[in-house]
Amino acid sequence: MSNVVEVRNLRVDAKSDSGRTVEIIRDVSFDIAEGEIVALIGESGSGKTTIALTLMGYTRPGCRIVGGNVTLTGQEISNLPERKRARKRGTEVSYVPQSAAASFNPAHKIMDQVIEVTKIHRLMPIDEARRKAVELFKALALPEPDTIGDRYPHQVSGGQLQRLSAAMALIGDPKLVIFDEPTTALDVTTQIEVLRAFKSVMKKGAIAGVYVSHDLAVVAQIADRIIVLRNGEIQEVGRTQDILQRPQHPYTRELLEAFEPAPHARVADRRDEPEMPLLAVKDIVAGYGKVDEGGNPSVKVINKVSFELHRGKNLGIIGESGCGKSTLARVIAGILPAAQGEVLLEGKPLDRDLRKRSRNDLRALQIVFQSADTALNPAKSIADILARPLTFYHGMSGQRREARIDQLLDMVHLPRSLRHRRPTELSGGQKQRINLARALAADAKLILCDEITSALDTVVAAAILELLKELQRELSLSYLFISHDLSTVKAICDEVAVMYAGEKIEQLSPDIMGSEAGHPYSRLLFSSVPKLDTGWLDSLEQDPRVLQAYSRR
Amino acid sequence: MNSPILNLVAERIVVAVVTLLFVAFTIFFATEMLPGDVAEILLGQAATPEAVAGLRAAMNLDQPAFLRFIYWIGNLFTGDLGVSYVNKMPISDLIGGRLVNSLKLASVTAAISVPIALTLGITAAILRGTFYDRIVSIFTIAVISVPEFMVATLSVIVFAVYLGWLPALSMANEVTSIGGLLKVFAMPVITLSFVISAQMIRMTRAAVLETLSTAYVEMALLKGASRRRMVLRHALPNALGPIVNAVALSLSYLLGGVIIVETIFNYPGIAKLMLDAVSTRDLPLIQSCAMIFCLGYLLLITIADLVAIVSNPRLQ
Repeated sequence: MSNVVEVRNLRVDAKSDSGRTVEIIRDVSFDIAEGEIVALIGESGSGKTTIALTLMGYTRPGCRIVGGNVTLTGQEISNLPERKRARKRGTEVSYVPQSAAASFNPAHKIMDQVIEVTKIHRLMPIDEARRKAVELFKALALPEPDTIGDRYPHQVSGGQLQRLSAAMALIGDPKLVIFDEPTTALDVTTQIEVLRAFKSVMKKGAIAGVYVSHDLAVVAQIADRIIVLRNGEIQEVGRTQDILQRPQHPYTRELLEAFEPAPHARVADRRDEPEMPLLAVKDIVAGYGKVDEGGNPSVKVINKVSFELHRGKNLGIIGESGCGKSTLARVIAGILPAAQGEVLLEGKPLDRDLRKRSRNDLRALQIVFQSADTALNPAKSIADILARPLTFYHGMSGQRREARIDQLLDMVHLPRSLRHRRPTELSGGQKQRINLARALAADAKLILCDEITSALDTVVAAAILELLKELQRELSLSYLFISHDLSTVKAICDEVAVMYAGEKIEQLSPDIMGSEAGHPYSRLLFSSVPKLDTGWLDSLEQDPRVLQAYSRR
Repeated sequence: MNSPILNLVAERIVVAVVTLLFVAFTIFFATEMLPGDVAEILLGQAATPEAVAGLRAAMNLDQPAFLRFIYWIGNLFTGDLGVSYVNKMPISDLIGGRLVNSLKLASVTAAISVPIALTLGITAAILRGTFYDRIVSIFTIAVISVPEFMVATLSVIVFAVYLGWLPALSMANEVTSIGGLLKVFAMPVITLSFVISAQMIRMTRAAVLETLSTAYVEMALLKGASRRRMVLRHALPNALGPIVNAVALSLSYLLGGVIIVETIFNYPGIAKLMLDAVSTRDLPLIQSCAMIFCLGYLLLITIADLVAIVSNPRLQ
């Protein structure tokens, strides 16, 4: 079997904004055999996408191949002139992007973009290309394959666009397809469908593939071999089974461990004292637009949601994108006033509107947002960011405030020297720690965590979860933990509420999040989370009727 | 085409009409507030109070301002622009020839500067960061920074005075041949082109640059598209909205903003007419000119918005 791709001692330089040249790919070599799917696994900044793109003879603006060879189907491409490289793209090697939604041109119809490769390279007449595209749509299990191409990209869902972009990649019969995190932006139930479609099409055509991802469980379903990358260097290469079961490199082991965080050790129930719940939410209805006399907003996002959260306990809220979980956090925090229902903090009703709540109520209930990048003011130093709540809630100033800032930095395990830095100079994990420290500065009793680990790499996210647990032990905090990621929720929560289409479907203990869940949607959701097992996808059976009933695609 | 886009178009047109009414209101009462009484000015210093009162009654000037505003608007809608206070000619006759002259100048300038500006803007965006891009950028900034009377005056000094190639004054009515036309138009057109191109070049470059950095343009490149196809088919259609807006804004300047150029070259256009009307306090003429400028401006902006709406498939 000959190799489709041979990469030898590849080195890529990038020019940073300040004009410095940084080596981002260091001496990388690997082969891909015909029909083989190889996964490039690594955290953000590990160079996985950069390597994948060099296989197309392409580097993003500012990057440059400075050494080594990339051989595609027997031809060296890194030193070919642009015109000859362009001739290979779409015909020999093609690309499935991370965000299909951004990669389809909003101004053209889908069919025109799918068959564009055949037009550019004059592969076949238009009618034939259209027929072939429709066949690919069928093979990728797209609905209405005959007419879906006549729509514009904004008229189809994210999961469908992702499969359409695979059709776009396959139309020119390439020898190699590069998948760049193609399911990262999708919900878990959608992801399964897309993964299955990819896998069957690739197998049928015996096409070689490169699958770029940070998610080991997803990769385990589709890849034959895994290459583990870090800081632009290969850490370990091996068959998927071997990497998952017998990892050699310490970094690989770290990645695997981060995938399954230690389950939450629950505090023994002290049921003897009938305690007032810390937070009680009763029949909340909320949404956008005008509210009518019956208290129903014109666009209802949350419908009659109730739950209780006791002191020192954590409640997880899970659900897929658009189910209203983040809106719920905003309603509890009073950012979006509810149309109906009430929120009680320690038995005391809170005003629906944030602006009418007392300073003490505001202090007790803090919210931490998903994106620390946008939640921290880039113009302020870390010390200023943390000083603000200290002054606002506690009237601190001078030495006392400075000492408290140092203390807060210690609590979130950041060096005190960071206090003079600005948010942009910090890493993603560090920024999220500052974000958390700001909530702690208020001496909150309850912290609403809205997808706080979703934008972080697995290893960093696991460390943040550890920190949350530690802080809880020390400060007897409670968390309302909102996430779409079930394993994170499992790692930190005592109870989990499942939401679908604005309603709470059920509340259960994370221990029984498997098959024992009562509601069919919960079962569907839990069974859709990929497992670190190469046979998981193939053996997974889901009731098609349930799938149909709970898909708003 | 279905209803949402029609709704948007209708909404845009209603907004334009309301704006026009508002402007009419503002123009009317702003000119009302100008100091001096028309009747006194017309009759001169020797006028008796009775004569002034008589003239005021004859010109309806004794009626409340609001009533006169209603009359005026009503007449405007029937196409009657009124009669000049100064030479008693119908204003439509006065404006007619002048408007044609201004439109002639505007269309020649547009025909020359729009293609040049768009080409420069687009190519500068494609060749971003190159020597060519920098030259274009420096040129546009230089042109924006130099006021037009400076350009106009300098070109008169160079081409008319020193070199003697072109006439210093542009008497459009005396043109007989194409060569003569070119000579007459050369300097005003060059000056105006300088002024309006710079804006268009910068906006076009920015709009194209933004779309060039999108994921779908990178995707086009990864499908094997040539740079030419990438720009023309994938980047440009999505940059159309902002580009058309920039062009409309620049062109609207050609109607109302040409006062300086028309004055320096003594070009018999409508801006010059308005300037003369101000010095003779010929209110109906000022009002009509201002309304025409506003109408032209609104027309261009509305067209630009409509193009942006229609070219966006998301709104269809």
